[in-house]
Amino acid sequence: MTTLVIAEHNNENLNDATAKAVTAATKLGGDVHVLVAGQGVDGVAAAAAKLAGVSKVLVADDAQYAHRTAEPLAALVVSLAGSYDAIVTPATGVGKNFAPRAAALLDVQQISEIIEVDSADTFKRPIYAGNAIQTVKSTDAKKVITVRTTAFPAAAQTGSASIEKIAAAANPGLSEWVSENLTKSDRPELTSAKIIVSGGRGMQSGDNFHMLDKIADKLGAAVGASRAAVDAGFVPNDYQVGQTGKVVAPDLYIAVGISGAIQHLAGMKDSKVIVAINKDEEAPIFQVADYGLVADLFQAVPALEQELTKIGL
Amino acid sequence: MKVLVPVKRVVDYNVKIRVKSDQTGVDLANVKMSMNPFDEIAIEEAVRLKEAGKATEVVAVSIGVAQSTETIRTALAMGADRGILVKSDETVEPLNVAKILKGIVEAEKPDLVILGKQAIDDDSNQTGQMLAALLGWAQGTFASKIEFDGDKILLTREIDGGLQTLKLNMPTIVTADLRLNEPRYASLPNIMKAKKKPIDEKTPADYGVDVKARLEVLKVTEPPQRQAGIKVESVEQLVSKLKEAGVIG
Repeated sequence: MTTLVIAEHNNENLNDATAKAVTAATKLGGDVHVLVAGQGVDGVAAAAAKLAGVSKVLVADDAQYAHRTAEPLAALVVSLAGSYDAIVTPATGVGKNFAPRAAALLDVQQISEIIEVDSADTFKRPIYAGNAIQTVKSTDAKKVITVRTTAFPAAAQTGSASIEKIAAAANPGLSEWVSENLTKSDRPELTSAKIIVSGGRGMQSGDNFHMLDKIADKLGAAVGASRAAVDAGFVPNDYQVGQTGKVVAPDLYIAVGISGAIQHLAGMKDSKVIVAINKDEEAPIFQVADYGLVADLFQAVPALEQELTKIGL
Repeated sequence: MKVLVPVKRVVDYNVKIRVKSDQTGVDLANVKMSMNPFDEIAIEEAVRLKEAGKATEVVAVSIGVAQSTETIRTALAMGADRGILVKSDETVEPLNVAKILKGIVEAEKPDLVILGKQAIDDDSNQTGQMLAALLGWAQGTFASKIEFDGDKILLTREIDGGLQTLKLNMPTIVTADLRLNEPRYASLPNIMKAKKKPIDEKTPADYGVDVKARLEVLKVTEPPQRQAGIKVESVEQLVSKLKEAGVIG
């Protein structure tokens, strides 16, 4: 049994999601290889080679993989798939985009966002926005799997895999990358942050989100948002936590002015400690919060900032 | 330009679902069903393309039980021209849905297929990508904006760090993200008119697809329930509790 993990990276740094997918892949048993497809990715390949449990890193360095668009990446994965029993990728934006394309080309029913590996062919995955857990057994000879990264710890950096350059596959030439508009932030990345402060519709405006920035800076936290806050234009959509946004599981999740709709809970209810600050004591968020404060956020948030200053943060 | 829009009948997004006590699945008896929210956005986008004079015909397709006709009627009331129902009492997995849709695409020859990015019941997020693969077409997933540039599509997509723009060859598969548009409500006159629009009935066998599942569902269980928490009286108390719990400070 040999498994191929497709690395998530930005051509410069290996994303933490890869280390988590490697942990899931090692649970399948057998060898784990990592594919790094990109442009100018020697550093990424070196980082991937250090992940515990990885025996070989394949590097496809070519301009067509620079932005990991689905068509060329799926073609590359399919060209390699003959030697592998399973293809595993983190369920990130890139993974969700190319993996089903590769699965269909291999005539395999993909298993999306697994949270547990029961055996090499049996997996647990959430359905209905995380309100039910399905255990599925794949009857496909080859498995194509995406991994919910919050459900697996990152592999340690104690490995020393070999690195092998491989040739690019034929480019299907169906799409062309034009541009990217990335949100700039000095804060930790949402999906790997230890602490997240999230705001909802109750924040009332984008300016008011800066109140959360101050708390986030003191705690070294990332800032997230509910769909209502994104739709109202308070913050960009990549802040969104939930079924249709990012799934997070930090040590501490502070939900401010968020009612706690099913779709939002789907993205954060596996957080270790949940705090809710909301003036509506009937808000569903209080049913999952470890600590709830019924208060007007416009008084509670500045008070929280002062209190954090008092304890030296 | 002809646009095909697959739509799925799912449990209404507001419903708090219940897992059956025998762990065979989720209890769908007497539960409110609706069109998958992402598919409403897909239909809305197709109808807007028609209103802008870019699309000539919008065909709505659903694969599933007989009641999926209602979902197609909703699409017709929103402005789709006609429907195709592929009837199946079995649960059809994304790969098989994509294979049936491939058959429909080959018969209907649309220039653009717009799907929702995922169904809110199985949360797979696969069908659009799989259909693009089977057809050998370009894919524009998680779309928040569709524009045309000559004979190509300029598509803005939601990616993890922000937004990305791609230029895609036509014909194309697009999957709609929530922010692509705000779907309209069907008016009563349009609901009445939709009753007269044609719906063709087909079966998976018409497209040579065997819908046998590749993933055997061994069981469906409740997720672990969180312990009930406590209400704190003040910000001071909150901070001291968080310090005690060791998550701050």
